[in-house]
Amino acid sequence: MTLFWVCAAFAVAGAIGTVTARRPLRAAMSLLVHIIALAGLYLGLHAELLAALQLLVYAGAIVVLFVFVIMLIGPATWVPSSTGGLSLRAMSVAVIGMVASTIAVALGRYEAFFGKSPAHYGTVEGLGGALYREAWVPFELVSITLLVAIVGAVAVARGRTPEEAARARQLRHERAAANAALGDAAGSGGNS
Amino acid sequence: MSIGVGEYLALASVLFGTGAVGFLVRRNLLIQLMSIELMLNAVNVVWVAFNRFYPERHDGQIMAFFVVAIAAAEAAVGLAIVISLYRLRKTVETDKADALRH
Repeated sequence: MTLFWVCAAFAVAGAIGTVTARRPLRAAMSLLVHIIALAGLYLGLHAELLAALQLLVYAGAIVVLFVFVIMLIGPATWVPSSTGGLSLRAMSVAVIGMVASTIAVALGRYEAFFGKSPAHYGTVEGLGGALYREAWVPFELVSITLLVAIVGAVAVARGRTPEEAARARQLRHERAAANAALGDAAGSGGNS
Repeated sequence: MSIGVGEYLALASVLFGTGAVGFLVRRNLLIQLMSIELMLNAVNVVWVAFNRFYPERHDGQIMAFFVVAIAAAEAAVGLAIVISLYRLRKTVETDKADALRH
């Protein structure tokens, strides 16, 4: 019970720090606090393998990726805080209202306490066995998705080589010329 | 006071709301991506908490596992797009990303 309240406090503090931080690097560090607190929550829920995966994937890969990009881009990651339009503020108020009603329903209705869990629940053996026995098709599909994401990330972030840039420029000129010719033809056709 | 599903649901809704407000209010593309991660994590808390309530099967934890994997793919592609946008516009402000406007 103490574990829940401590981890919940750190998770909420980390989330608020992530959203309100002026500097993206501080936001990334707050995200790290949030993720570690969530791993603690998973431990309290007997999801040991998920807690380990959370630390490995989020803290080890995603936060490091964010920090890499922040370091790569440098001072341009500083974005002046927006004043925000009226619609944005209205949507934020709506979100807060939804959250408040969800909390009220969750605390009022769900007096559902946890019973004892089986021996292999959430361990590497239990979750791994369930994953490979019952969910092996989505597991393979996720591996393909990750492969496609890697190729896509490289393709998007790589930029153009000089030859490709020259070819794109030439194509753009050709297209502009063709459009101009088309516009002339249409204009004369309309006049006659 | 004992901890049940209700407390985890309340916590997850607070985390999801924080992420949603951050995504709506902030103009920094990097922080918006982090807000998306916050929302995905909040959903994961709900999956794992409900699975703890029905511990005979692992379905909720399996879903949380897949959410983590998809979040990793999303972060990789999203950050590649951030770098691409920075190369084009020298900024990561989303208001400046209007190349497809009109």
